[in-house]
Amino acid sequence: MPYDPALVRPMREEVTRLGARELHTVADVDNVLANHTGTALVFVNSVCGCAAGNARPALAQALAHPVRPSAVFTVFAGQDVDATARARSYFGEYQPSSPSMALLRDGEVVYMMHRHMIEGRDPEDIVADLTAAFEQYCGAPVRD
Amino acid sequence: MSGHVFHPGHHELHGITVVVTMHDDRTLVGRFDQEDARGIHLLDTGIHDPATSHASREDYLRRTLKFGVKPEHPRLIVPAAQVTAITPLREIAIP
Repeated sequence: MPYDPALVRPMREEVTRLGARELHTVADVDNVLANHTGTALVFVNSVCGCAAGNARPALAQALAHPVRPSAVFTVFAGQDVDATARARSYFGEYQPSSPSMALLRDGEVVYMMHRHMIEGRDPEDIVADLTAAFEQYCGAPVRD
Repeated sequence: MSGHVFHPGHHELHGITVVVTMHDDRTLVGRFDQEDARGIHLLDTGIHDPATSHASREDYLRRTLKFGVKPEHPRLIVPAAQVTAITPLREIAIP
């Protein structure tokens, strides 16, 4: 059963304030991921404090890196259930976990940060892995 | 930490994806929930059984590290006496 939306709202806002576009429905997901070109990060948000409590601050720091995906989307596991399942359908062989982050380039997953790569780690270590993936797959620095 | 923790005060491995090595040579990979008199409670668990799998344990773990845990059992309770080792998945190194 989904948590009270009021309890979850701060967790959503912690991600959307970074510029991530929240996808609530299957149509939302298809509209942005079907035929997507370029790089996109999909953050699968979660209420789980064990891992998501580190994942969201790490995402914030990673997105401040000069090299980053051209688009950032988010779905909320356990809340927007259909949208999350649809997003995962774009992740190919990668198994579901939450929180997790999928980096896609031209529609293909090129890097996946699973939940087990987040649990029990400091945000700084997660940031290091994420920014290394950004540098490998996201090309030239983004100019503001 | 963002402070949004809904379940403080649990076992130190609560919420951690672990590799559980069994006396019967099976390997379980799942999210540790709790331990009580019935045993170790795992969530969303995948199992490698050398008696039935074509893949070696190392290949199973290598694939799990890359693609994630394929959940075969939403909830599983393993008697502690059948367990020989519990290791966080992220600490597993496969050459």
